[in-house]
Amino acid sequence: MSGATVPPRRGALRAPIEAFGGTAMHVAREAGGIAILAGRVLRCLVPPSMDGRELVRNMYRMGNRSVPIVALTAFFVGGIMVIQAGMYVRQFNAAGLVGWGAGYAIFREIGPVLIALMFSGRVGSNNTAELGTMTVTEQLDGLRALAIDPIRYLIVPRVVAMMVMLFILTVVGDLVSILGGMLFSSLLLDLEYSTFYYSLIDNLNWTDFVHGLVKSAVFGLSIALTSCYFGVSVRGGATGVGRAVNAAVVAAAVSIMLLDFFLTYLLP
Amino acid sequence: MSEDSRSIKQRVERVGAAVLDLFLAGGQLARTFAATWHGVFRRPNGTPAGTKRGQRPQGEVANQMYVVGNKSLLFIAVTLGFIGMVMVFQSCLQLERITGDLSQVGPEFLKLLIQDFGPTITALMIATRVGAGIAAEIGSMVVTEQVDALRMSGVTPIDYLIAPRFIACVVMGGVLTVFGVAIAYLAGGLTAWSSFDLNPRLFFDPSRVRFFDLALGLIKTACYSMAVPVISGFCGLRARGSSEGVGAATTAAVIGSSLAVIVLNFIISGVGLMLVGREP
Repeated sequence: MSGATVPPRRGALRAPIEAFGGTAMHVAREAGGIAILAGRVLRCLVPPSMDGRELVRNMYRMGNRSVPIVALTAFFVGGIMVIQAGMYVRQFNAAGLVGWGAGYAIFREIGPVLIALMFSGRVGSNNTAELGTMTVTEQLDGLRALAIDPIRYLIVPRVVAMMVMLFILTVVGDLVSILGGMLFSSLLLDLEYSTFYYSLIDNLNWTDFVHGLVKSAVFGLSIALTSCYFGVSVRGGATGVGRAVNAAVVAAAVSIMLLDFFLTYLLP
Repeated sequence: MSEDSRSIKQRVERVGAAVLDLFLAGGQLARTFAATWHGVFRRPNGTPAGTKRGQRPQGEVANQMYVVGNKSLLFIAVTLGFIGMVMVFQSCLQLERITGDLSQVGPEFLKLLIQDFGPTITALMIATRVGAGIAAEIGSMVVTEQVDALRMSGVTPIDYLIAPRFIACVVMGGVLTVFGVAIAYLAGGLTAWSSFDLNPRLFFDPSRVRFFDLALGLIKTACYSMAVPVISGFCGLRARGSSEGVGAATTAAVIGSSLAVIVLNFIISGVGLMLVGREP
């Protein structure tokens, strides 16, 4: 009788532990794969040797073509920040703090994180899909057969382009969202533009702005590495490409949040 | 001269085509949304009311709830936990520099979390994980002609594929938001305690939250959870070609649903601000 009841109980206890261990192994394998890819990319960058035309093409495709979506996001984010600050303005009658509150939140946190999430959604997942399609149609093997190193030819220009372009897009996005904040503070809260401007200028300094920009460059690197890794490790046709894109955006989101936390502690 | 005018004409045409595409896609999206609601409540002809709803496979809603909810728990816990820590850390840092009084951080953080950041960031994360998953799955069904096979068997793809995911997202979106807010609040309280020696009793004080904040947060959660599955499913059904098409559909789903979350947040918060202005 006890022999009949014990095995299912052991199984019931073992299943969650096995699932947890399986997840941990999976995460460790992917983190290791990304680290190895980062090492290979770094080796190609010292001394810097990459395909210049491919770099410019990727920068245009990833940077210039993303300006509308980043500007739109940033504009609304500026509005949302002002609306949130506006609730306090009504409560405490503190109109002089709107520019400070919105600017501080946008420059240090919300701007870099949200722009990086949108960038990961547009450019990172696009990149995974493209590299994944090349992998499943054996174009990477074709490059290897022609003695062209796929890392040097395909991955390094993308990593550099994403880092540089996310940095520049964050500068653009920060400025657009401050402009959006100014516009909505005058439309919704009846604030003068100068009140907003001086509240921003008097209470913030360059370190707040640079803090966000350093974050954005690191986010760009992490988005580039995760999206390239999941792109080149695709298995199994169209379904595999879809799954890889999904995994890439999830990994990019997790790495953005984790890096945001550590950078907030490390940076001044 | 003629070359110049032709290029200008081409540019205008390109802009016009993009605008037309946008409006067409918007109209189709609205129709998909209506069809999804119809699919949720529809009963097949001739079946007595209450016996079988729509053309959903048996147990599909529960299955999708598991995929949407349980499988996202770790992801939501990690992302919301870290963002809660960061937000409390940044605001404590700034307040210490300017006013030096940290006693208001906890109550105000909870209010902001319930009203805005909790629902919005959870929804962005759901758009990233679940939205991309829905588009990838439905998109690869489209390009492998499984959806055509469904149509041929007389099954509406929206009823069969999108409606169960829609129900699962609406239910699990609420659950995940509550979970995410709790995790972010706990993580924030621990950060304030360990880095700034703030008494947890001062931090964990829900007295500042009004019914209005809770209502606004719940309305936002409901709208986001309805928008994400419909937009992602729509992008998935529009996939064409092969693996490239699936990749493009997944990208469009992530971007479309994230943007929808941000724009909806803007609209609902703006209406909320106007209402709160009327109040006192």
